[in-house]
Amino acid sequence: MPSLGALALPLAKVGEVSEGFFHERNSETLPCQASSSHLFCFGWAKENIDSFATPTVQQLELVLFSVLAGFVVAIALALLAHRRRWLQAPLLAITGVIYTVPSIAFFFLLLPVTGLGRDTVIVALSAYTLQIIYRNAIAGLANVPAATRDAARGMGLTERQILWRVELPLATPEIVAGLRVAAVSTVALATFAVFVNGGGLGSKIYSQSNLTFPTSIIIAGGIAMLMALAFHLALVGIERYTTPWRRVAAG
Amino acid sequence: MTGALLPPFLPASIGGAIEFIFEPQSSNVTGGKKVGGFETVIELTLNQLEVTLFALALATAIALPIGLYLGHRGIGEVFAVGLGNVGRAVPELALIALMAAVVGVGLLNLTIALTILGIPPILTNAFVGIRQVDRAPVDAAQGMGMTEAEILLKVEMPLAVPTLMAGIRSAAIAIVATATIGPIAGVLTLGDFIINNNVYGANGLLAGGILVALLALSLEAALAGIQRLLTSRGLQLSAT
Repeated sequence: MPSLGALALPLAKVGEVSEGFFHERNSETLPCQASSSHLFCFGWAKENIDSFATPTVQQLELVLFSVLAGFVVAIALALLAHRRRWLQAPLLAITGVIYTVPSIAFFFLLLPVTGLGRDTVIVALSAYTLQIIYRNAIAGLANVPAATRDAARGMGLTERQILWRVELPLATPEIVAGLRVAAVSTVALATFAVFVNGGGLGSKIYSQSNLTFPTSIIIAGGIAMLMALAFHLALVGIERYTTPWRRVAAG
Repeated sequence: MTGALLPPFLPASIGGAIEFIFEPQSSNVTGGKKVGGFETVIELTLNQLEVTLFALALATAIALPIGLYLGHRGIGEVFAVGLGNVGRAVPELALIALMAAVVGVGLLNLTIALTILGIPPILTNAFVGIRQVDRAPVDAAQGMGMTEAEILLKVEMPLAVPTLMAGIRSAAIAIVATATIGPIAGVLTLGDFIINNNVYGANGLLAGGILVALLALSLEAALAGIQRLLTSRGLQLSAT
């Protein structure tokens, strides 16, 4: 195994490799890659763009599963805390502590539990979204005007009906905003999955055969940012669709 | 597929990781030289803390004045808020790897990359924090004949401390988390246990995770303490 330590750690000089090792692809595009002065090799990009398909799909799956799982748990926690007010502060503190733990550390803390691979990544990343979604959901529910709630009660709605028909719809903008922030930051964080064999675009940014090859890093980073943008736009669309009264008020 | 850095199964235990932190352990690849242990841990922790604080100070020095100024004047909302949104989408790993590949490895390059990472949340929160300050005290300050600079420094800034500090705290968390992958950019931080896992072994990996988590939590606690010291008595009272 050629050691990455050749770059970083004197102890690890086991398989020291020449500079060219990291850049060799094939003979046709070699001139560009062999020279470290090239920021972007279009020839290489054209030939190898297909190899980004699988990591992109993996990345998308990681993000979708993590955010969906985080969303379900966070909303459940928010509803629970909405009913039992005394739970709000402790739940905020707990999700806050989880949020503070860097994702890469979280992956390895799960090592004895879930081992290496996608499961670890999804557990860690979904735990990471809890704080953002929970905090926004609680704020959204708290921002529902008391007058609106009273009116609903006056109309004879039960507590359950008030929650589902009045409070949750009115809290939707905040909830979706939380989801948006969570999704966008999860796309960026999911690139760290490569450190625990979780696949994703990180494998095109950082791997043993490709340590510091700018072209690959730029393409993979670019795809990740486009994916984040796509999530952002999709969730802005969902927000507009689920809150028709806002459009009326604005226009 | 590239990127299979680790074997699928790694026997790591909490006990093993704690032993690794305090006592040097034998390694498969160093020819008998022991790795890990308390001295290495302290050295790497200090490295990570140093680069983190340096980058955080730099990011604050750059982003805070700009955010305060824009917020006070009420201009550049698209820039200040948009930068925060874009910043969240930048993959940290790509940023560090690109800096290492294009500019080269070293402490300076890692610091620059981490500073870039820290600027958006500080700038956005400074802008939003100042904008959200109640207009009444600002009008009162104006009526009392305060200059613009006095209004910003003596009225708006103290009132915006919670939001300003929230920005600095999220920047600190992002920076310390990303400083973990410093070894990619040639700076030995606690991430060395993670990235050079063939040297340190499975217990080293877990120890790295534990240490990075503890470092981030301590930094967050320290900044929360600083925030409490900076928040005026009146604001603390109104919050509770």
